Amino acid sequence: MTEPVLSVENLSVRIAGLHILQGVSFEVASTGVTVLLGRNGVGKTTTLRAVVGLTPRNGEVRGTVRMGARSLLARPTHRLVRDGLGYVPEDRCVFAGLTVAENLRLAERRGTTPAYDKVFALFPELDRRGRQRAGSLSGGQQQMLAIGRVLLNDNRLLLIDEPTKGLAPKVVTEVAEVLERVAESVPVLLVEQNLAVVRRLAKDAVVLSAGQVAWTGNAQELLLETALTKSLLGVGAEVKA
Amino acid sequence: MSTVILLTLTGLGLAALYFLVASGLSLVFGLADVLNFAHGLFLGVGAYATWWAAGNLPGAGSGGFGFVVAVAFGVLAGALVAVLVELVLIRPLYSRTIEQVLVTVGLSLAGVALLQATWGADARPFPRPAWTREVTSILGANVPNAGLLLIIAAVLVLGGLLAFLRFTRYGLIIRAGVENREMVTALGIDVRKAFTLVFAIGGAAAALAGALGGVYFGTVSPGQGGSLLIFAFIVVVIGGMGSVVGSAYAAVAVGLLQQFVNYYGTSGLGDLCVVGLLAVVLLLRPQGLAGKVATA
Repeated sequence: MTEPVLSVENLSVRIAGLHILQGVSFEVASTGVTVLLGRNGVGKTTTLRAVVGLTPRNGEVRGTVRMGARSLLARPTHRLVRDGLGYVPEDRCVFAGLTVAENLRLAERRGTTPAYDKVFALFPELDRRGRQRAGSLSGGQQQMLAIGRVLLNDNRLLLIDEPTKGLAPKVVTEVAEVLERVAESVPVLLVEQNLAVVRRLAKDAVVLSAGQVAWTGNAQELLLETALTKSLLGVGAEVKA
Repeated sequence: MSTVILLTLTGLGLAALYFLVASGLSLVFGLADVLNFAHGLFLGVGAYATWWAAGNLPGAGSGGFGFVVAVAFGVLAGALVAVLVELVLIRPLYSRTIEQVLVTVGLSLAGVALLQATWGADARPFPRPAWTREVTSILGANVPNAGLLLIIAAVLVLGGLLAFLRFTRYGLIIRAGVENREMVTALGIDVRKAFTLVFAIGGAAAALAGALGGVYFGTVSPGQGGSLLIFAFIVVVIGGMGSVVGSAYAAVAVGLLQQFVNYYGTSGLGDLCVVGLLAVVLLLRPQGLAGKVATA
C-alpha cells in the first residue's frame, strides 16, 4: 500500500467552548478522491479548516496532521498552501469586487509559471469572462473560478468543501466531471453532501458523526449498504449518478 | 457668488485634509480590521518632523525646495512610526479587537504627552513658504493658497492610491484582502506584509496631512492629530470601511457641509450637522457610501 498523502491523528478542535472535533483520525490516499461525509454540523468543514490552519483564533486545535513527513498544525496557512495544500472553501469565496482575471492573477506565485493553459482547458468560460466581475458570475461559474484559482499552481493535495452546494443539477454534473479529471492528477479530500457526486468520484470515505469518525472504508461499498448509509448520513443512497 | 466659491474651495481644502487622514485609516480598517486610534499620532509626527526638519535638517527649510525636503522628511517619519507601531504593537494583537483599541488609544495619549514633553503644549508657528500665506483670486473669490495646496495634494494622493490599488500586485492583494482576508491567505499569500504596507501608506498620508495642515493652520500643536482624527473616523464610516474613493466622497461631503453651515448658520453648527449626516448614513446605508471595497 502506498503512503497516504495526509494523515490526521487524534484531531480535536474546540471553538468558543464547543468541542466540535473529538479525536478524529483518518488518512487520505495518495491517489483519487477521499470523501468526508456526515450529517450537517458534524465537523466536516471544521476538519478541513483545521488541516489548512484556518481555525478561528478563539479556537483550540490539538492532535497531529501530517502531509508526508511534514507536520502541518503549527504552520501558517499561506506556507501550507505554498507547500502544495490547495483549498477550495465552502461557498466559493471568490473576490466579488475583482474581475475573473484578477482573481486568477492573485493566485499566481513568484518563481513559478501559472498553469493558465490547464485551467482554461478545464474552464474555457473563465478565459472568455476575464474582464467580468466575479460577483456577477453565476454560482457554477464562481465555483469554476474557485477551483481554477487553486489549479493555477501545483498541488500535492486538494481540500474541496461542498463544491456542488446550491448549484443547478446540470452544473453539478459539470463540476463533477471537472473534479473527476482533476483527481486523475492530484489526490482530493472532498466534503460533499450530494451522494450522486460521491458515487461518481469517491474511492474512499470517512464518515463523521458528532465530531468523531463513525466509519471509514471504500466509498462505493458504503453506498451499496443502504441501511448503513441511512443510519450514518440520514439519507438513502438510491440517487443515481 | 464669490462667497459661495470661497466657501466651496475652503470646504474642499478642509475635505482634502480629512481625506489625507481618512484614506489610510480606511485602508487599515478595511484590510486589517484594526480600529487605529493612534492614527492621529502619525499626523502629529509628520507635522512636528516637518517643523523640526525645516529648522534643523541640512538642505531643508521653510521655502522653495527646502520646504519640499522638510515635508518629505515629515512624511518619511510618519511612515516609519506607522510601520514600527504595526510591527511592534499591532501585529501581536490581530483579531484581538479590545486589546487593539486599548493599545492604540494608549499610544495616541502617550504620543501627545511625548510631543508636549519635548516641545511644549502651546501651538508653535509653522514654517511655511511665503506664497502659502497669500491668496489666489478665483472668479472673484480670494482663496487661500494653503487650501489650494491641500486640494492638489489630496487629488495627487487619491490618484496615486487608486493607481497603486489598480495596477500593482500589492494593490490587488489589498483589494482582495479588504473583501476576504482569510481567502487571500488561503491562496498562499502572506497577508501580514500587506498589513505593514497599508500602515506605511496610511502613516505617510497622515503625516502629509500633518505637514500641510501645519501650512493651512499656520501652527502646529500636540493635540492637532486627535481633533482631526474624530472627523477622519466620521469620513471613514460615511465613505465605507476600506474604500479610498468612498473616503474621498465622504470627505468632500463633510468638508463642504461643515464650511457652509458654519458660515450661514452659527459657528459650530456645521460640526453638529456632520454628526447628523453620520447618523443618517448609518441608518440608511450602514455599509457606507461605497460599501466594503478598496476601490469604488
